Amino acid sequence: MKHLLGTDGMSREDAVLLLDTAAQMAATQEREVRKLPTLRGKTVVNLFFEDSTRTRISFEAAAKRLSADVINFSAKGSSVSKGESLKDTALTLQAMGADAVVIRHSASGAAYQLAHSGWLRGSVLNAGDGTHQHPTQALLDAFTARRRLVDDPEGKGLDGLTLAIVGDVLHSRVVRSNVSLWTTLGAKVVLVAPPTLLPVGVSTWPVEVVHRLDHAIDRFDLDAVMMLRVQRERMTGGGDAFFPSPEEYTRLYGLDRSRMDRLPSHAIVMHPGPMNRGLEIAAEAADSDRSVIVEQVANGVAVRMAALYLLLAGEEAA
Amino acid sequence: MSRPIVITNVSLYGEETADLVIADGAITSLSAADAPADAVTVDGSGLVALPGLVDLHTHLREPGREDSETIETGSRAAAKGGFTAVHAMANTTPVADTAGVVEQVYSRGKEIGLVDVYPVGAVTVGLAGEHLSEMGAMADSRARVRVFSDDGKPVADPVLMRRALEYAKTFGGVVVQHAQEPRLTEGAQMHEGIVSAELGLAGWPAVAEESIIARDVLLAGHVGGRYHVQHVSTEGSVDIIRWAKSRGIDVTAEATPHHLLLTDENARGYDPRFKVNPPLRPQRDVDAVRAGLEDGTLDIVATDHAPHPTEDKDCEWAAAAFGMIGLETAVGVLQKVMVDTGRLTWRDVARVLSETPARIGRVDEEHGRPLAVGEPANVTLIDPADAWTVERDGFASRSSNSPYIGMELPGRAVATFLRGTPTYYSARFQEVAQ
Repeated sequence: MKHLLGTDGMSREDAVLLLDTAAQMAATQEREVRKLPTLRGKTVVNLFFEDSTRTRISFEAAAKRLSADVINFSAKGSSVSKGESLKDTALTLQAMGADAVVIRHSASGAAYQLAHSGWLRGSVLNAGDGTHQHPTQALLDAFTARRRLVDDPEGKGLDGLTLAIVGDVLHSRVVRSNVSLWTTLGAKVVLVAPPTLLPVGVSTWPVEVVHRLDHAIDRFDLDAVMMLRVQRERMTGGGDAFFPSPEEYTRLYGLDRSRMDRLPSHAIVMHPGPMNRGLEIAAEAADSDRSVIVEQVANGVAVRMAALYLLLAGEEAA
Repeated sequence: MSRPIVITNVSLYGEETADLVIADGAITSLSAADAPADAVTVDGSGLVALPGLVDLHTHLREPGREDSETIETGSRAAAKGGFTAVHAMANTTPVADTAGVVEQVYSRGKEIGLVDVYPVGAVTVGLAGEHLSEMGAMADSRARVRVFSDDGKPVADPVLMRRALEYAKTFGGVVVQHAQEPRLTEGAQMHEGIVSAELGLAGWPAVAEESIIARDVLLAGHVGGRYHVQHVSTEGSVDIIRWAKSRGIDVTAEATPHHLLLTDENARGYDPRFKVNPPLRPQRDVDAVRAGLEDGTLDIVATDHAPHPTEDKDCEWAAAAFGMIGLETAVGVLQKVMVDTGRLTWRDVARVLSETPARIGRVDEEHGRPLAVGEPANVTLIDPADAWTVERDGFASRSSNSPYIGMELPGRAVATFLRGTPTYYSARFQEVAQ
């Protein structure tokens, strides 16, 4: 693996390898000394064109625990807003000798362009590009679900499981990454959203689409429910809105106690964070025993360690 | 005045073979026997002679964006592509919405003299879509403007469109529409469909084009104005135009080379060279545009030559400018898609790339004339067997934002004559150099 740009096109073999490696990384984090020498002398740049403190510190912790040198490059005001161009930033990082660049960008395709433009020789890890892909988020979601729902998980996928993803599919890179990855790993994915928040091309995706959360709960034997963050400004009912009101959203798509109680007893509740408590998820759901939301965060570090390890250390072994 | 030239054994319109004797800016004979003694003779065997090509849709960028193109570099690109006339769109800085600006563009074109530059006047002041521009002043200026367009932006207000259609009749003008419903395309990056859903790029739905065309043809039918649709890109648009014509509405329409050849699949890879407005569409739409051109629903091919400097394309897709250059590749693309497939003859190419655009632009006294004795010698020679690979460094245009770089095209223009003067010639015609 040279780059990690998305989960679309990722082989099952690579996906399972990433999850198994993440499991090993997670095991090292139980030790007293959590730092590994693996990436000593390597430089990892966190190139963030969009604010995302959670994702950045997760990548930073992952790189540091592998003993890499970490440079945080916060380039707010990308070339989309006529600041320094992505190209010039990339050339600068290349000149500084970055072995890997973790990029978060508001433009779909930015990570792909960085990897294929010839501007940069190092590995590129996509930490979220526009509304396109966010592969480490999907990997940590899959890792969390596999740990909870699959017995003796090493070497296994998510075969036979059913995941429902609820919310703004149209604008979500998390959904695109999860649909590809979970499908590759053998799971069934059910998307739950009003038609206004689904892309026109969704009919060609390998998923089931349901417009009401209650129908999804009735119709499918769900093993996991992932609630997406909803942006309030998309819910105002005006000419640019996708939904009449936040209140109606909560009524139709919010995960509250009564809906949660109708899920199979083993089903888990996931959320990529940050949550809007009371909007897409009620406190009783977020804080329940079914909720694996905090585990997702912890597993994020292990998954990102695995990705950095396979991209940077694996390169030399090969 | 240029020396007389004789082109021997050339196939007129891809049909019968003749000699073209050009002297004093006109075609003086179709037999080399009549050539003046001092004429230069060049061998035209294997070549197709067409009336000089006319582009109804060119962006020359001057005044304002001389970093991407000038009237001079754009004229060179046009001549190299086989064009003898181009209609220069109004979205310059300042906008071509006054007699002063259109006269400046017109005069600069004359001064360079490689191609007849016909300025297009803006429909509305500053392309702002609010007030009608002074069409009369532009029509009566030395530039004799007959084509009016806010291209790059639509005339979105239905009342303003109605008034423009009505008012332009005063001057025999045509209102040329960039059909794009603005509210349906806010932030749009590519065709809305399967590919945009995967790539996570905001969609530009086909209905945003079709709804404007449907409204406009109904308006044109109601008030009787002359209406032309630019860069038709969808199956629905072709159907609506076909319907309008069947009702006798005075509508004409153009297809671009890129909408005839490329699809939204080209956006995979996020290479902004494929970012254009209206966007590249799925194969089904491409097939409909081809069929529309073949059956005459779409009257002409126009390039929408849209130069942009490197930095406006060497960036993220969302940050990149819309548009691609096309003057120098139009013949090759049209040959590849329509001629070599048997859908159009070279005679048809003369119609869609010269005669009809000249008529729509009301420049048909000078351009799109028959290849016949006594006619102005605006002639393009095409070598349909001169296959070539498009190269980034090979353009006469100041810009190189071509989607065809690396692609092989089957043929190209090898010499262009404007009123008898060679404005472009390939190495093979070195001897025509004056």
